[in-house]
Amino acid sequence: MWSTVFPYLLSGISVGGQYALIAIGYTMVYGILRLINFAHGDVFMVAGIIMVYMAASGVPLWLCIPLVLLLTALIGFVIERVAYKPLRTAPRMSAMISAIGVSYTLQNLVLYITGGLNQIYPTIPWISDSVTIFGATTKMVTVITPFLTLALVVALVMLINHTKIGMAMRAVSRDFETSQLMGIKINRVISTTFVIGTFLAGVASLLYFTNYTTVIQTSGAMPGLKAFVAAVFGGIGSIPGAVVGAFIIGIAENIIKGLDIILFKAGIVSGPLGLATFSDAFTFALLIIILAVKPTGLFGEKITDKV
Amino acid sequence: MNRKKIDSATIISAVIVLALYVAVFVAEQFIPATSMLFTVLKKGATYALVAVSMNLLNGFTGIFSLGQAGFMLIGAYVYGIFTIPVLSRMDVYQYYNGGLVQFTLPVFIAMILSGLAAALFAFLIGLPVLRLKSDYLAIATLGFAEIIRALFQWDKLGPITNGSNMLRLFPTFNDFNIRGADGQVVVYLSTLVPLLISGVCIGVIILLINSTFGRALRAIKDDEIAAEAMGIRLASHKRLAFCISSFFAGVGGAMLAMYQTTVQAKSFTTAMTYEILLIVVIGGIGSVTGSCISSFLFVACSEWWLRFLDQKQMIGTFEVPLLRNGFRLVVFSIIIMVVVLFFRQGIMGTKELPDLIRGLRGKRAKGGADK
Repeated sequence: MWSTVFPYLLSGISVGGQYALIAIGYTMVYGILRLINFAHGDVFMVAGIIMVYMAASGVPLWLCIPLVLLLTALIGFVIERVAYKPLRTAPRMSAMISAIGVSYTLQNLVLYITGGLNQIYPTIPWISDSVTIFGATTKMVTVITPFLTLALVVALVMLINHTKIGMAMRAVSRDFETSQLMGIKINRVISTTFVIGTFLAGVASLLYFTNYTTVIQTSGAMPGLKAFVAAVFGGIGSIPGAVVGAFIIGIAENIIKGLDIILFKAGIVSGPLGLATFSDAFTFALLIIILAVKPTGLFGEKITDKV
Repeated sequence: MNRKKIDSATIISAVIVLALYVAVFVAEQFIPATSMLFTVLKKGATYALVAVSMNLLNGFTGIFSLGQAGFMLIGAYVYGIFTIPVLSRMDVYQYYNGGLVQFTLPVFIAMILSGLAAALFAFLIGLPVLRLKSDYLAIATLGFAEIIRALFQWDKLGPITNGSNMLRLFPTFNDFNIRGADGQVVVYLSTLVPLLISGVCIGVIILLINSTFGRALRAIKDDEIAAEAMGIRLASHKRLAFCISSFFAGVGGAMLAMYQTTVQAKSFTTAMTYEILLIVVIGGIGSVTGSCISSFLFVACSEWWLRFLDQKQMIGTFEVPLLRNGFRLVVFSIIIMVVVLFFRQGIMGTKELPDLIRGLRGKRAKGGADK
């Protein structure tokens, strides 16, 4: 039983870590701008594409990785300046529509550049190596992802709690207008948020695509949505919430992928039920349940309606 | 505005629409059926209906729903399932022994059924979802669309939905052509009929928008709390609007099935919803006319007018750089971003065709409250 479940659990934890890194970007941006940044998943995909092209053009891998992270953060910065900043005073839905537009643009741009073909992700040494833990064979990246994620999250929480810019972020997410009156340079705070968010999405893309090995223009859509669901699940605006949510979703999704085999081995069912079809759908079912039961998520703050 | 009196601008608008229909009918008899014009008109009619149905929610009620693709999927499947001829079922449901459903319904009844099925799902989905606010609602409806997509691909439902295989061989738009005894087409109707179906549905939506119910929806959009204080029952109005919108999205889905001639669940992705949302935004959130115009423009640009960007073009001996497969979509997305960022009102803002005519005659149209 355990030996059947364990590989799925392992990949669940790994994918969960990757979702967590993406989810932080969503939750931070939402916390500050109250905007679902639909383009975030696509930035994650673009980071993968940049890596593919950079490695193919002969840049050594040790240089590729920091360059990819830098470029991804830059893209996040540019997107915010071009697509969201002009809409700061517009109704909230306009910014969300703009985010959908950016997502559409990024996908089409990548479709144009790649010709719509699957791109093989370069093999990063060491983290692509196979390892065997507790009898389950997997890639090194599966093992290091949760640790790397936790380390980055701890660093981020330190940044938010103990630095000046972190304090500014907290202030802005609490009250946009008042913090402006207190002399906080709001544009700088927002840009920093985007840079941090997309940087983490870049890290996630390194880990995720090392695991899945191919990138295509639509690769970012599903992980993006799931990470967003994770952010909502954990209580949007809360970084620990996003991380917990992401791990729960990653694990649940992978367990469901293997549920047919697990149930069969446990002797509960005699034939395949085809439940793997629902591995994506389950995430959304979870979202709807949490929204119906506790609309602010696991760790979210209660918001009261003001007239 | 006085509702009883029909002013001349409305009549002129009706005449314009009628003239367009006549023009399409005439054109269809004389221009070869393979012309891109008809492809655009057919797909445009489908998208126009779905866009207007989305506008009813997003533009008029202020419910930001992103579930349109899911409801279209339901509509397309219900249409396909009930209209595949009994004789063809063995071919289509080849892995499921001919499938469970062993009868065929007439096309129009199946279309209405598509709408009803979508509305029923909308009712069920609305129970938990409609209590949510703006972006939470958006993401929840989007999630439901994904769940529906997975459900229709589930192998266990194969005898009904054909699993992840496609549905095909059901009646399509071409079956609306009237054929003579020798099988030759006598009267071409394959473009006119979808335009008529879509036109009738949009007409119903316009009547709804201008009714007491429609005004209540606008009140909800402007201010939920104020609307509630004025005695509008929020929950039931929202639910009804959601179901009506989904009904027409379902009919639109059936039309899309006819247009595509095949149906497969995996093509109804969130990208489809985004496309329709962008159509609504380009047309103007809160304008039915705008949604219709932008549907046809959107389809024409993406299927026809911008096609040249996808091929190599030579000006004399100079090869225009950048042009190759996919460039069309890049240009297209940039146009969309420009509209979203700089022309937030879209083509029509919140105006309708009669408003334009009134405007032309120098009389300032009242109403159309701009925020």
